[in-house]
Amino acid sequence: MKIRLKSAAALLGVATLALSACSSSTTTTSSGGTKDIKPPTMSAATKVGTGEGKLNLVVWAGYAEDGSSDTSVDWVHPFEQQTGCQVNAKVAGTSDEMVQLMRTGDYDGVSASGDATLRLIYAGNVAPVNTDLVDNYKTISGFLKNQPWNSVDGQMYGVPHGWGANVLTWNKAEVKTAPTSWSSVFDATTPYHGKITAYDSPIYIADAALYLAKTKPELGIKDPYSLTEKQLDAAIALLKQQNANVGEYWSDYTKAVQSFESGSTVIGTSWQVIANLINADKKVQVGTTVPAEGATGWSDTWMLAAKAAHPNCMYEWMNWITSPKVNAEVAEWFGEAPAQTLACDQTSDKSFCDTYHATDDAYAKQIHYWTTPQKQCVDGSGSDCTDYAEWVTKWQQMKG
Amino acid sequence: MTALVPTENLRAGRRPSRRRPAPLGYLLLLPPLAWLFIAYLGSMAVLLVSAFWSVDSFTGQVVRVTTTGNFGAVLHDPLFRTVTLRTVGVALGVTVIDALLAVPLALFMAKVAGPRMRIALMVAVTTPLWASYLVKAYAWRGLLAPNGPLDWITGGHSIGYGLPATVITLSYLWLPYMILPVYAAFARVPSSMWEASADLGATSGTTLRRIAAPLAFPGIAAGSIFTFSLSLGDYIAVQIVGGKSQLLGNVIYGQLVTANDQPLAAALSFVPLVVVLLYLFALRATGTLEQEAR
Repeated sequence: MKIRLKSAAALLGVATLALSACSSSTTTTSSGGTKDIKPPTMSAATKVGTGEGKLNLVVWAGYAEDGSSDTSVDWVHPFEQQTGCQVNAKVAGTSDEMVQLMRTGDYDGVSASGDATLRLIYAGNVAPVNTDLVDNYKTISGFLKNQPWNSVDGQMYGVPHGWGANVLTWNKAEVKTAPTSWSSVFDATTPYHGKITAYDSPIYIADAALYLAKTKPELGIKDPYSLTEKQLDAAIALLKQQNANVGEYWSDYTKAVQSFESGSTVIGTSWQVIANLINADKKVQVGTTVPAEGATGWSDTWMLAAKAAHPNCMYEWMNWITSPKVNAEVAEWFGEAPAQTLACDQTSDKSFCDTYHATDDAYAKQIHYWTTPQKQCVDGSGSDCTDYAEWVTKWQQMKG
Repeated sequence: MTALVPTENLRAGRRPSRRRPAPLGYLLLLPPLAWLFIAYLGSMAVLLVSAFWSVDSFTGQVVRVTTTGNFGAVLHDPLFRTVTLRTVGVALGVTVIDALLAVPLALFMAKVAGPRMRIALMVAVTTPLWASYLVKAYAWRGLLAPNGPLDWITGGHSIGYGLPATVITLSYLWLPYMILPVYAAFARVPSSMWEASADLGATSGTTLRRIAAPLAFPGIAAGSIFTFSLSLGDYIAVQIVGGKSQLLGNVIYGQLVTANDQPLAAALSFVPLVVVLLYLFALRATGTLEQEAR
């Protein structure tokens, strides 16, 4: 037995030595600094032909309802009847999952949020979209067109679908005075110690950066997605301080709902749809606001796969999903502001567009939409910014 | 020891058959071996190879240039060290708790309970295995919630969500995997040995310590392999009841899905593999694995 132990120990020792010898030779993984920052050249379609009979989509839950969740919620079957394109929708849980699914090459289109779009565009996974071929594009809110997260050099890479803000949400029974600042979740001396929630994704670093942009102007943060090394470290330091007060993080919206309802969380960042679900359940009542510092948000775009097997069906879908009636249905089902301005006349709840500030340009401007941080600063301020890979690493280290 | 135990074969006056399997019998091995080599070892090999690649930091696509940087990062990043230690701690905690709970129950089932009681207990132990993992984990989330049942019972002193909650939940989830092998180990010991021990003047304490414990140990070892390795790889329970804590599985998941860094995730996934191998080596050194196989 002793001999065995010794040999096992020796084996281990050798393994450790070998590994540490390897590691000392190279520690750099990858670069990307000298790359030509241009998406691969591709030309957009010039006309939409007849449908190919099939359409494979990567979607957020609730974006391609065929009546299986609720028999009255179905805009997939009417589409299939009208165009003859059979829809096969794959639900993804996160932007990162969407990117991975699109890279399999099995899909024709995706409802990508702004933190996935650029990764897809620059990797050549999605193609430019000729918006003239999408009739309903004309009446889409102007403030969603030609934005940094859905276009490159004036060329659109998709059709806007809808958007929402990450709102400060609080339990009205526990938080007596309505908060007006993100300081209620970032202050070290918060009265809500252990009852704060935050979004469990590296993209949440932007929320801290946005807060710092307003509270520590000496850091010089202009855009929460364009952070230098020093600015990123400051944001991480703030998140580390917040971590001491956080009860739990959420990335699944049902967990956020449950966390507020059970009392585990009394204040934190969430989405309007989450607040609506909580208030509808009537276990606790929550309030929401876009605080004085502004807010981060998400804006989704239907994109066309570069190697789509059924591109005509995808063009048909982009037009269908942004048509006033369907866009209103999706927006109401999911709980977001529709991109289609005419959708506001079609909602079953007439105050819906007001609740979600759908056509409120000023409200929309307060929102800093999710976008993928890159070395080449996304706000065009230079090339010394930190990229998403670095954000992920720092985020994991912050959580410890 | 074997000489003391009469075997069924000897009692029936038959010699144990030692016939070699017919050549055709080896065909039986074909499907499992194919599965083992292609599906299991094959995927491990792919994992190992991809751990030496890197990713383009901008688009996140895999670059097939050999580098050992991923293993360097795994060994040198303090984050991975902290999380590995935390995860091993959780796995050991779960194993110890399960062993402490399983031994008395298994002993009772094997040696004290009557046949009806034994069946009832067996059903009680195995029934939770029929329920979904998620249902059970969420049940614990409900139990541990602020203003939840545990909070009410303890007068507001529930442990809440966090690492201790994770250890408790995992202990609950894996308990049957510990009870069953320990029960089997106890059940294999003939009652005559307990009687012999008592006849020779040993108190029940001595019998437990010198007869039962050594015989139950292989069962505990076998069960601990389940509880330890299952806990080591778990990353879902901690998301449900772990509050803000993260374990190795969460970090690997984060690297794979969030960071899109499959090579680093592959390199990281060798950490639990190595830990489990070390654990098996440690068990082998105690000699229990051979005893179990005998």
